[in-house]
Amino acid sequence: MPHAATLTLAGTHVADRIRTALPDAIRSASADIVTLEPASAFEAMRFLRDDEELDGKFLVQMCSVDMITHIDLVYHFASLAQNHIFEVKVPADHEHPEVPSISPLWSGAILQEREIYDLMGVKFPGHPELTRLFLWESFPGHPLRKDFMSMPGGRKSGLSQFPKQVAGETGQEFRPAAPGTGE
Amino acid sequence: MPIKSEPVEVNIGPQHPSTHGVFRMVAKIDGERIVDVKMIVGYLHRSMEKLAEERTFTQNIPFTDRMDYLAAMSGNLGYCLSVEKLAGVEVPERAQYLRVIFAELQRVASHCMATGAFINDCGAWQTPVMYAFRDREKVLDLFEMTCGARLTTNYMRIGGVAFDIPDEFLPALDRLINDDLPFRFEEYDQLLVGNEIIMMRARDVGMVSPEMAINASLSGPLLRSAGIAWDIRKADPYCVYDRMQFDIPVGYNGDAYDRMCIRIEEMKQSLRIIRQAVHDLPGGPHKTDVPLAIRPPAGEAYSRVESPKGELGFYVVSDGGPAPYRWHVRAPSLINLSVLREMTIGKSIADAIVTLGSIDINVGELDR
Repeated sequence: MPHAATLTLAGTHVADRIRTALPDAIRSASADIVTLEPASAFEAMRFLRDDEELDGKFLVQMCSVDMITHIDLVYHFASLAQNHIFEVKVPADHEHPEVPSISPLWSGAILQEREIYDLMGVKFPGHPELTRLFLWESFPGHPLRKDFMSMPGGRKSGLSQFPKQVAGETGQEFRPAAPGTGE
Repeated sequence: MPIKSEPVEVNIGPQHPSTHGVFRMVAKIDGERIVDVKMIVGYLHRSMEKLAEERTFTQNIPFTDRMDYLAAMSGNLGYCLSVEKLAGVEVPERAQYLRVIFAELQRVASHCMATGAFINDCGAWQTPVMYAFRDREKVLDLFEMTCGARLTTNYMRIGGVAFDIPDEFLPALDRLINDDLPFRFEEYDQLLVGNEIIMMRARDVGMVSPEMAINASLSGPLLRSAGIAWDIRKADPYCVYDRMQFDIPVGYNGDAYDRMCIRIEEMKQSLRIIRQAVHDLPGGPHKTDVPLAIRPPAGEAYSRVESPKGELGFYVVSDGGPAPYRWHVRAPSLINLSVLREMTIGKSIADAIVTLGSIDINVGELDR
């Protein structure tokens, strides 16, 4: 029976379910998130797609986050039949990020993996056509990395000085100046 | 004796009226039939996800207009919902109803554009798209009345909406949804839905099967045309959609004609929702007091809305600072194109154009 509103499955519940088939696939599990071991991530995802209880047949979205020490790949899976959603993360090395491609399992991942490769530089072995999606092939670097400087000669963001200059001490009392005061 | 033919590459776009923006498609054809399609995108890439990391949460709202510029309100709404989820901001009732009214008006405007442009792609040059524009203009007039902008509205705020509606808004909305548009939609039914020429042109073109649709993460009218009644407004209600009565139109054949019919029916359902929302519209504040430089606690949130193109999701990560640490947009226009290749191989170029028109992409959202 599908839920009236989408139910978010607890990470620990998803992890327990995956452990029944693949005992070593889980690195950690919290209330919201399951973190998989990269080495067995592909098998674990095949399991959570085909499993009757998890039923993650619908890949809602995938994206990447640069956590400085490593790069997290974030996947959201949903079951349209049972109307639930859960989140899975796969950590990748920061210098040479490589995560197995899930496009053999979900064709919706093909373009999203190309986007992540383009903007974050994560390689996906097993992808049918891993080329840059938005930027041109000779573009230097991967813009969404935190260590990517803006284009050569570009300027740094003003937000690094944000709290002191614009927002006062706490950053909470910033209001636009009254019109006509010249501020 | 069979005639020998060699594959020829045909370049469609990036500057072509049928590609709905700067979208480029390289089709390899053998005789009349397409054997391979390659899409080349990125001409409108503005790196919004990177830019957003250097701006405050409130400063990022205008970016969401400029993604899907035909459905700016839906983009605003999806983004504000994600930040509110992250920061735990309560939104007043009146703002929630106003958000529903504007999101549904935006759906009408976007679907008008999609239907008109689709008929344009089918070969009925200019007249139908002008009919659709005429109706869309009236919706945009209401946006202009409320927030001063027609296209890039920047209307929603974290914790509510920017302005309350002016006094003349509700009478004008009443005229629009009770007199003008229902009459127009009847006209659409007569001119388009029952039109034999369009049926012959768009039936069995751009077919999607339910298995293919789920495997490729399709959403919006493209998923529903395959017969799957999946609408975020029903499945995962946000704002006050759980109090509204409306139906999800579903196709059964998964072709371009079904998608056109679904869009026309969805516009009628949108009017139904707006009527209920206007009837129940409560008084009170239109916005909670949220600091402009809001600092949500460290964490992450994913929230999604049903935009006219499909499931528009925002994944926001905060490190406790005034700007998002990471901001990812699940763009339906990009993901819906995953099936373009399967849909067009073996068909003719003219069918590929009709297929692309029926997917209803928006390049601003595709490239971001």
